[in-house]
Amino acid sequence: MEPLRIYERLKERFGERVLETIEKKPDPFVLVDPDALIEICRYLREDPELAMDCLSNETGVDYKDHVEVVYHLFSYGHRHGAVLKIKLPREEPRVATVEGIWKSANWMEREIFDLVGVNFEGHSDLRRILMPEDWPGHPLRKDFVEPQEYHGISTVRESPIVRLESHKKKPA
Amino acid sequence: MSDATEPTLRTEEMTLNMGPQHPSTHGVLRFVIRADGEVMREAVPDVGYLHRSIEKIAEKVGYHGFMPYTDRVDYVCAMFTNQGWGMACEKLAGIEVPRRGEYCRVISTEFNRIASHLLTVGLMGMDIGAMTPFLHALREREMINDLIEELCGARLTFNYMRIGGVAWDLPPGWREKALAYLDHLDPILEEYNALFSYNKICIQRLANVAPISAEEAINYNLVGPNLRACGVKWDVRKDMPYSAYADFEFDVPIGRGQWGTIGDSMDRYMMRIYEMKESAKILRQALTRMPDGPVLAKVVRNFRPPAGECQVRVESARGDQGWYVVSDGSGYPWRVHVRTGSFAAMGIIQKLSRGLMIADLVVLIASLDVIAPEIDR
Amino acid sequence: MQNWINRLIAAGEFGKNPPRDLVYAAVIFGLSAVVFLGVAFPFAGIVSWVERRVWARIQSRVGPNRVGPNGSLQWLADGAKHVLKEDIIPDEADARLFKLAPYLVVLGFVLPWAVMPFSSALILAELTVVGVLMAGWASDNKWSLIGGIRSAAQIISYEIPAGMSIFPVVLITGTLSMQGIIRAQEWEPYHWFLFSNPFCFVAAIVLYISALAEGNRTPFDLPEAESELVAGFATEYSGMRYLLFFFAEWGNMFIAGALITTLYLGGWQAPGLSASPLVMNVLQLLSFNIKVLFLVFTSMWVRATLPRVRIDQMMSLCWKFFVPIAFINMIGTAVWVAIWPDGNPVAGYVMFALGVAIALLFIQRVMYYLKRSRMEMYLHPTI
Repeated sequence: MEPLRIYERLKERFGERVLETIEKKPDPFVLVDPDALIEICRYLREDPELAMDCLSNETGVDYKDHVEVVYHLFSYGHRHGAVLKIKLPREEPRVATVEGIWKSANWMEREIFDLVGVNFEGHSDLRRILMPEDWPGHPLRKDFVEPQEYHGISTVRESPIVRLESHKKKPA
Repeated sequence: MSDATEPTLRTEEMTLNMGPQHPSTHGVLRFVIRADGEVMREAVPDVGYLHRSIEKIAEKVGYHGFMPYTDRVDYVCAMFTNQGWGMACEKLAGIEVPRRGEYCRVISTEFNRIASHLLTVGLMGMDIGAMTPFLHALREREMINDLIEELCGARLTFNYMRIGGVAWDLPPGWREKALAYLDHLDPILEEYNALFSYNKICIQRLANVAPISAEEAINYNLVGPNLRACGVKWDVRKDMPYSAYADFEFDVPIGRGQWGTIGDSMDRYMMRIYEMKESAKILRQALTRMPDGPVLAKVVRNFRPPAGECQVRVESARGDQGWYVVSDGSGYPWRVHVRTGSFAAMGIIQKLSRGLMIADLVVLIASLDVIAPEIDR
Repeated sequence: MQNWINRLIAAGEFGKNPPRDLVYAAVIFGLSAVVFLGVAFPFAGIVSWVERRVWARIQSRVGPNRVGPNGSLQWLADGAKHVLKEDIIPDEADARLFKLAPYLVVLGFVLPWAVMPFSSALILAELTVVGVLMAGWASDNKWSLIGGIRSAAQIISYEIPAGMSIFPVVLITGTLSMQGIIRAQEWEPYHWFLFSNPFCFVAAIVLYISALAEGNRTPFDLPEAESELVAGFATEYSGMRYLLFFFAEWGNMFIAGALITTLYLGGWQAPGLSASPLVMNVLQLLSFNIKVLFLVFTSMWVRATLPRVRIDQMMSLCWKFFVPIAFINMIGTAVWVAIWPDGNPVAGYVMFALGVAIALLFIQRVMYYLKRSRMEMYLHPTI
């Protein structure tokens, strides 16, 4: 099934909670209401014609004014895929976890929590996965400032680039 | 008179730390094992020792500049990451790679697949105690490294592909050497099987260890040889053909559980051996039928794909890598994300480790073919 | 021996009227020291070099070839390095037991050397168990503890098939004296006890495998499994203490080989080519050593080839497989000896022919694979 047809079916079934279908090239996606996420995902998984039994990729993206979580779903039975997105406010992004539907979300949501700062409610073990446990901040945010030191180890070092005098542009 | 109501022996649980420095974790990984003697209650993985924030670096170095960084995402099979990034950028900008470039890509990636699987097979041997298969596998891998060094100058982190094709064409005489190597490889694989895979002790150690069912594998998003060992016939090269794979005939082996259960460690291990044979088939076809022409499409220096996003899947040696790239129209990507096969495989280890013995944990990690840089990026 | 010492005392070599017991004791200790230092330790060292070269050639690489001609002095360099290393004892470890453990293990290995042809080496092997357990516990490291416990369980379990595999020979000869057992065999292979009846053939194989397990050699080297437990019970050891564990392992290979050679392969029996006792002694020494060294080489070969058996599989292999087979061997040999008290030479010829057939089959299989894989063979043993 083409992705756009999948999104039409979603729109028929869920009405306003499917916010809009964006026909961006090259990959179209559908924007949904974060509160309806669990229902929509469960429908996508259990409907026999859609049968999205695999959450193949879950990413968090930080735009300057909001945070998005992108879900790439895939069905091994029907060989089709879909892309779901939700928009969350930047200050306190929180959304329900889809770990109950696809177990692969466990680690992927931990990574999004670690790097972008989205809080997944209902997650069984939400803690940092790639960064150390007590790291301040969320590195993949656009306004992330690297701390100057961590546990006494300085993160600042001299730039290794040495500009040669002869290569400086001489004023005309 | 039964004492069934009262336990007679007081047992304690031991908390062990396996790693981060350990001779058999594949890279820098750490497991916190709660064990009752030899049998584990649970092994909780702790990753992040190799996190180099490659995804954030992509936002600073631009599209062309990111190609060497993709090698480091998985340095054992670097050609696939190169190809994934190249394909993602090409999809964003609508660039078409010339036919000969596609064939060069297929040849280099299939050689890299064989090299990566040789390493996995050898490491499995070493992890269960047989030192010799590891060194024999490395001997074969050295020959591939020599071939690829002639092709692109590097033995491990290749930086061979560019957006729009590959950097250099095949050197003269390389095709004959590659075909000679393939002739050499086929009986060697038989020898590995006779020496190691069909050895009774190896079968005893690997069969029936941590079988994974197909539904579980799909639920946990296992990919690649791990998924195929559970019986799911899915290969991105055949089912969503990209690059030049539609031109070639090859089989997709799946696990049948001949030595134990479907989806156990023996199946996952044998998948790699079968896949090496299939790769050799593809290579022979590609090397004999190469079309002529340029190998690199014309791409501007300051590459600015239109704003948009795309996802590209590449069948790497460890499974299908999903590259998700968001572009905002400038010369620097807005977000790059790689979802690698090893990341998903780590997620399932905690669940599978309940009830295994410590010796089996090593076998499980080796059979899932987990590589630390892929997990942490 | 005693006469010789008495003559020395009478000749006044030890001063006037020395106490006899002290002189006997002193001479025995002195000779034992010579045997240990001059034979056992260098042998363990040289075996380490041979092992590394044999593995390297099996694995298509070179092995140590720099220190001395063909690397033959590598073991001296290794020994010197280990002696000069910093002696690290973990803070939380039990220092006395930690220091004592390697010496117990070495004691277990060294004592059989001095008494080898005269008595059974079995009981002295128990010291190794105590030493290994002590090393594992005293290291205050859970991985070492696991390694020590595994090793203790393994060694104790495999004592039983090993011991029972010695009995067939005792049943045939009626003596436990090593010299007596050797004299009951002849130098021709078909007169060895290995081929005297099918039960002895199987018993020899069981004894060899149990000896591998006793010595913590692959496929039974789980206690020091490198890829799982770093170095098992020896993880926290450094320097000479670490090396002593491995001395014991290499030396044990020789002991095991010597045991099997004595019992089943005819010991020092050599063809009577000369009337001079000196030449005969040299030939017999050569015969003994060649057989023992061949078994040692086979241990190295097996180690380079086979993977490790898991601990529970190893235990079930011992108790469910080897112990019943060893029992059957014992009873079968007893029945055989009852039927043919003076031995059955025809059975000897038949078994020998069978053995030769198996060896030829093995060689043919190796040649088949060599031809198929079209490898370039580089057979020069010394590079």
